[in-house]
Amino acid sequence: MGLRTIKMPDIGEGVAEAEIVEWHVGVGDLVQEDQPVAAVMTDKATVEIPTPVAGQVVALGGAVGDVLPVGSELIRIDAPGLPDSSPAPPPKGVAKAAAGARDARPAEAVAAAASRPAADEEPAARSDRTAPSPPAAARAAPRGAPRPPGEKPLASPAVRLKAREAGVDLRFVPGTGPAGRVTHDDLDAFIAHPPDAPGKGGGRARNMAVETVKIVGMRRRIAQAMAESSRRVAHFSYVEEVDVTALEELRAALNARATAERPRLTVLPFLMLAIVKAVADFPEVNAHFDDDNDLLTTYGAVHLGIATQTPAGLMVPVVRHVETLGLNEASREMRRVSEAARHGTALREELTGSTITLTSLGALGGIVSTPIVNRPEVAIVGVNRIVVKPIWRDGAFTPRKTMNLSSSFDHRVIDGHGAASFIQRVRALVEAPASLFIED
Amino acid sequence: MSELSCKVLIIGGGPGGYVAAIRAGELGLDTVLVEDGRFGGTCLHVGCIPSKAIIHAADAVHALAEPAALAAIGVALAPPVLDYAKTVAWKDAIVARLSTGVGRLLDKAKVRTIRGRAALVDGKTAIAHSDTGDQRISCEHLVIATGSEPFKLAALPFGGDILSSTEALALTRVPGRLAVVGAGYIGMELGTAFAKLGAKVTIVEALPRILPLYDEELSLPVARRAADLGVDVRCGARALRFGEGALHLADADGEESAVAADKVLVAVGRRPRTAGFGLERLDLTMAGPFVRIDERCATSMRNVWAVGDVTGEPMLAHRAMAQGEMVAEIIAGRKCAFDHRAIPSVCFTDPEIVAVGLSPEAARAAHGEIVTGLFPFRANGRAMTKQDDEGFVRIVARNDNHVVLGVQAVGAGVSELSSGFALAIEMGARLEDVAGTIHAHPTQGEAFHEAALKALGHPLHI
Repeated sequence: MGLRTIKMPDIGEGVAEAEIVEWHVGVGDLVQEDQPVAAVMTDKATVEIPTPVAGQVVALGGAVGDVLPVGSELIRIDAPGLPDSSPAPPPKGVAKAAAGARDARPAEAVAAAASRPAADEEPAARSDRTAPSPPAAARAAPRGAPRPPGEKPLASPAVRLKAREAGVDLRFVPGTGPAGRVTHDDLDAFIAHPPDAPGKGGGRARNMAVETVKIVGMRRRIAQAMAESSRRVAHFSYVEEVDVTALEELRAALNARATAERPRLTVLPFLMLAIVKAVADFPEVNAHFDDDNDLLTTYGAVHLGIATQTPAGLMVPVVRHVETLGLNEASREMRRVSEAARHGTALREELTGSTITLTSLGALGGIVSTPIVNRPEVAIVGVNRIVVKPIWRDGAFTPRKTMNLSSSFDHRVIDGHGAASFIQRVRALVEAPASLFIED
Repeated sequence: MSELSCKVLIIGGGPGGYVAAIRAGELGLDTVLVEDGRFGGTCLHVGCIPSKAIIHAADAVHALAEPAALAAIGVALAPPVLDYAKTVAWKDAIVARLSTGVGRLLDKAKVRTIRGRAALVDGKTAIAHSDTGDQRISCEHLVIATGSEPFKLAALPFGGDILSSTEALALTRVPGRLAVVGAGYIGMELGTAFAKLGAKVTIVEALPRILPLYDEELSLPVARRAADLGVDVRCGARALRFGEGALHLADADGEESAVAADKVLVAVGRRPRTAGFGLERLDLTMAGPFVRIDERCATSMRNVWAVGDVTGEPMLAHRAMAQGEMVAEIIAGRKCAFDHRAIPSVCFTDPEIVAVGLSPEAARAAHGEIVTGLFPFRANGRAMTKQDDEGFVRIVARNDNHVVLGVQAVGAGVSELSSGFALAIEMGARLEDVAGTIHAHPTQGEAFHEAALKALGHPLHI
């Protein structure tokens, strides 16, 4: 027979490893030539890997969530009529790969074994591991039919009285009788082994549900990036209140004339323009800090990262060269890249290369946030919600629309004075929005 | 004024009050019971017991007066002669015996009893006015068990020939023509009984059918039997006034008519007795006309409890007794609550009606999909041998887990089946539990078994 080993392909651009995020096939499945067998994910992109040969799947090179180096075995296929490509017998090779992964991250491997039920694709080498003890909830409520919430427990009058005398709320006692009836034995067992720490909530059933999921794919990327940024960057945050009354008037006037070609504007495109102008005066915030080599690179171009919530998690698509864009172009481009990110159609260059980042939670903006710097950048500007406040002006309180800007900086390269000055410049531009459109 | 103090003071010696007193005494609580009449309350003196005695006498005389039914079993008799004064004396003897029995039980439980009229001073004090003088009683716990009284109609004030159920049960002669206003269970029970005793009975009901609190499937056999007995049932009619030997009615269209009547029994319900004994001084939270209680029979005032009809529907002696017993236990420090799944209700009409738990309609509203099984006494051997195979047993259960939610029956003697129905529901029985219980043959109880089988889709005898 012709055993063919499909290796993790070189996805390009210096990618050294990729994570398996989905298997489309299992061991024993018949596959056609060019049929996608797996989805793997690199730093920025998810790629479908097709099989170049038809045949039957003999072995998978890893489980979902495993990170495989480029060139390592991804899948082994028995392709009749073709010569063997892999000299090693399949089980050994797979076991070796799995063992290697475990040795490298023992804690993670154990966690993976604990959180996944034994499945067909589970390498046999893992079966010798002792099963982890079940979560406490499973022990506390071992038996009994589930009772829909709000339904009275079913029990005989004698059981009800005994429960009352013992101070037991029958709603918490699992019933093993027909239709979930609580028997004397059920009650005795409950009294003998009460579940720990009864809640003081006054009659609300405790929710014993526990769900453990393996953090894979995009979520793991986000986790790693956030932890890395938090670990390396000396964050400090700076919050300033901005009077956006004039900006909101301008925006309202423009939006009153909104058309399909020129849709409504949010606050963000204005801020994009303000950042472009402010960056010109404070170039050190529009920079990358290569902390491995102690190099700070400042850029003339403003490639603005737009923090975007997508179904897969937080992504930061990039609007490139904002310094070349007008208001509507900036708005359109921002909309386009965040849509692309949300739909998973963003290109690799649309997801990399930002020099400074803008983050907004929209309607959920809150009053203050402490954004995490998108390393290797050194500054991130957060937008909070707009509120109407009484502001003391010219001897009287007047209602003004205000908005906070919550920004974070990398204190290793940006000092408080510089950061504050940059934000004050942004503020001045936003408060007098006409100045956004005046060539200096 | 003499002074008295106790742990538990109970106002009212009806089923709620005297049971509370007996149980409190048994539990060693120093208990005083104040009752201005005789022990046993409405139930014993002017309700359940005397009415059942009269109904029994009526059934007995009626059975002897049914030549066709007697002939069928080979009996021929001269028409019976009823000495109703004797009937009433017999009934009174039963009542007296039971009432004396209650007094003895109270003595045995070391309950101090005071014959007199109580007037509440506050939540811990009452004054008992009696022939021997006034007594000021202070207590730690006050139990209000003052019961209910017949509802009065302004158009038909009690007195003279206009009777409440109390006076109707005290009549010493069967009225020639009796008009009954209200076709609830009291009106139907007494109206039917007097018809069997020989009265020409007319029953007037404002709603479109008799026994409006029961579903029509249950009330229909009673309506049929009343018609057979010659009872003139007029539904959708309102009683306007009584005068010159006639009860004047108006039908739904306002058309007036008159029914000749020597006596008029007004049985349009009962109302809680909440006035005339100083209850207003306690300023308790009310629930409509009733004293509001929680599931422990606690009122809005600490250590003031209320049981029985004064606390709301259903106004039934067995509910009051269960409440009274429970309150005594709670005062003694036990942890109880009125958490019963069902309170059975029985109409001693002809035929009798029993309803325990939820009707099909209520069950559907509460639990969505249900299953029901109905077994007619037509297919029950015992019913045939008793010459009365009218009626059925109907069981109502949840569709998902078959837990029995309600059982209803109509038929001769079905009141005795109510215990089994209630036990099934209280124990949380499923249809399979009832189906899996051997029911003795030949009994009417077999219909319960068969109804469960029918609900499960495999009846044996139908």
